[in-house]
Amino acid sequence: MSRVGWIRLAIVLGAVGLLELLCQTGVIKTMTMIPPSRMAVELWKMAESGKLGAPVAKTLSNVLAAFVLSVALGFIAGLLIHSLPRFRRALDPLLASYYAVPFFVFYPVLIVIFGMSDLPIIIIGFLFGVVAMIINTLNGLDRIPPVLLKVGRMNRMGSLQTALLIKLPSAAPYLFTGVKLAVAYSFIGVIASEFILSGAGIGYDIAYAYNNFDNRTMYALMLFILTTVTAVNMALYIWEQRMLKRRMGGR
Amino acid sequence: MSASAVDKAAAAKPANPALRRWMDFILLIAGLVGVWYGLHLWAGDVALTSPYATVAKLIQLMGQAWFWPHVGETLLALFYSLLIASVGGLGLGTLLGIHRLSGQIAEPILVALYALPKITLYPLILLIFGLGLSAKVAFGAIHGIIPVTIFALNAVRNIKPVYLKTARVMRLTPLQAMRTVWVPAALPEIVSGQRIGFALTLLGVLLGEMFASQQGLGFLIINAIGLNDVPTIMALALLLALFAVTVSSLLLALDRKLHARS
Amino acid sequence: MPAAPKTMRETHASVAGVTRIFPAVGGQPPVHALGPLDLDLAKGEFFAVVGPSGCGKSTLLEVLAGLSAPTEGTVTFEGRPVAGQVPDGVGVVFQEDASFPWLTVWDNVAFGLRRAGFEAAEIKRRVDYAVGFMGLADFAQAYPAQLSGGMRQRVCIARTLVLQPRLILLDEPFGALDQQTRLLMGDELLRLWRETGATVLLITHALDEAAMLSDRVGAMSARPGRFIDLVETGWPRDRDSRIVSDESFGRLTGHLWSLLREESMKASGHKR
Repeated sequence: MSRVGWIRLAIVLGAVGLLELLCQTGVIKTMTMIPPSRMAVELWKMAESGKLGAPVAKTLSNVLAAFVLSVALGFIAGLLIHSLPRFRRALDPLLASYYAVPFFVFYPVLIVIFGMSDLPIIIIGFLFGVVAMIINTLNGLDRIPPVLLKVGRMNRMGSLQTALLIKLPSAAPYLFTGVKLAVAYSFIGVIASEFILSGAGIGYDIAYAYNNFDNRTMYALMLFILTTVTAVNMALYIWEQRMLKRRMGGR
Repeated sequence: MSASAVDKAAAAKPANPALRRWMDFILLIAGLVGVWYGLHLWAGDVALTSPYATVAKLIQLMGQAWFWPHVGETLLALFYSLLIASVGGLGLGTLLGIHRLSGQIAEPILVALYALPKITLYPLILLIFGLGLSAKVAFGAIHGIIPVTIFALNAVRNIKPVYLKTARVMRLTPLQAMRTVWVPAALPEIVSGQRIGFALTLLGVLLGEMFASQQGLGFLIINAIGLNDVPTIMALALLLALFAVTVSSLLLALDRKLHARS
Repeated sequence: MPAAPKTMRETHASVAGVTRIFPAVGGQPPVHALGPLDLDLAKGEFFAVVGPSGCGKSTLLEVLAGLSAPTEGTVTFEGRPVAGQVPDGVGVVFQEDASFPWLTVWDNVAFGLRRAGFEAAEIKRRVDYAVGFMGLADFAQAYPAQLSGGMRQRVCIARTLVLQPRLILLDEPFGALDQQTRLLMGDELLRLWRETGATVLLITHALDEAAMLSDRVGAMSARPGRFIDLVETGWPRDRDSRIVSDESFGRLTGHLWSLLREESMKASGHKR
């Protein structure tokens, strides 16, 4: 690891250590927050007792479904919108203000349409993730050097071949940004819906624990979410860096 | 095709491209309303209120005295959160952008924080700030401050070194260099960050109001959800969407203008 | 300067009465970029095009390659009309770096052969040869980003070469390189031309490059581009960059400049 990486790790560990110290010495009251080490112990106990399995499976499968839909449909929509420049110009202000509209207000509407299933939550997660993917797909397509497309024409490639063998790999770094954001927003959409509206999943369990003053369960679950999301992000970040290093060379 | 044919084709096009862009935007909005109406017909009145009924409901809400304090409460929370997120994020991002090592250390941490579903932290915020305005403001601010910081960091870090060298060659004082080189060079990206920061701050404030509050538009929405009052949900969603799109479009126009110049 | 024997000429590609007019965009008037213009390329000749910037050199190349259609006139390659599609047997090297950053040097060179559906053994034989020929053997598994600009342009030339084109079109391929690298790349290009027997059309803004490399130089006017003069260089087929110290090289370059000086001033907005 680089020097910067070690300093970063030290800072993060230091912050956690400080929090631990403040909680242990009672500067932060147990009523407000339990020490990080206790959170980990509680999480471990929950995992052992099997209480964790069902909500985790529910939340993660919903996030996964929302994520896959966001990336696939976001990419296709991006390709379509990119080929219609006039439509795109008109759409831009809407895309730019998209994230200010809280989509889970439509949860009841979706319940009426799709029934009390996981589908409304998946759709909300999808609505959150898809636009990040569309925006970054457009960004990536904008930045394909025109000369690469000429190479495609020199090789008499059809539009599907060009899309798969030239456009997709050329735009890949931007698409990857879209994928990373789609993961993050799928998590945010699904967990926020569970938290405020639904009756199952980790988000719901955190809200339930809060309302019942069950701080231990609440913090254990919070720890689980924060570490899971961070781990997924780190994995994507490392993968991305490896890809970029190859493409950017030593620069 | 001969040259004169090309001339004719050019003459046939509308003279004002700005006018055409507005027409396109209006057509798009009309199309969206059409889709909304189609969905309304398909899903039925219980599931999805029609565009007309939604507007009527919104006008009715706006005519009631009890409605406005809720709007005021949300705007006040949004104002304070935006103040913290924009000024705080700008300051933090600028410092991290100037001091390269800190920037390198902080950026991945900021990106990781950006991706967290911050709603999970809301109980913690309630435990610290208690119910009320300050919890909402804090929640809105933590949503907005991270993107503003990330954009400001990159804006300052990516100023071309040759500009800074030029400033030194011209022997500008630090204050002059700041005013005439640093700020104009970094401004376009900073405005982009403020635009995204606005959207997420508004989202944060509404989330805060929805989960634990007795005041504000978020509270009205969650109340309507509890009562399954679809017209009110739709009317409030429309109001929020109009507000968000208007503010975002203004910031986007400014953003475009600054980016076109640089 | 001994003149090339004209009786041996066999037309390989030609343009006749070609013009290119770009239609009006966003309130701008249409642009008459090229022609009317005629050109016959003899089989196996090395033809260079020079002219002031914006005179339509690249447009001529795109029309000849079938990448864009002429507004008027006809383009033929090996006796058949070129209409809206890139004909088989034509290769193009562009000025911009056209190597794919996501593929290794070897895979970049193999790209066209794979699209054309060649067998693996044949692809390997041809790519290994082309990579060796362009001096890239040690970098076959490297990615373009790890190479210098000159090396990346070699990758693009190798990628064109493996398809064994009979007509090679080069659009300022060395425009982004430094002078020494240009001279060396010029030698490579001459070697490639002799070895493959292909017809070469080179677009360049460097008069010395045109004078050194080609059998014939076409000097173009400012926009809309037409040929002012076609100049025979009279070099032997077996030549290399050392001819820059030849007396007649200086005279040739000087002659080209005297043809183009006024046109270049027109193109860059000078007033006399």
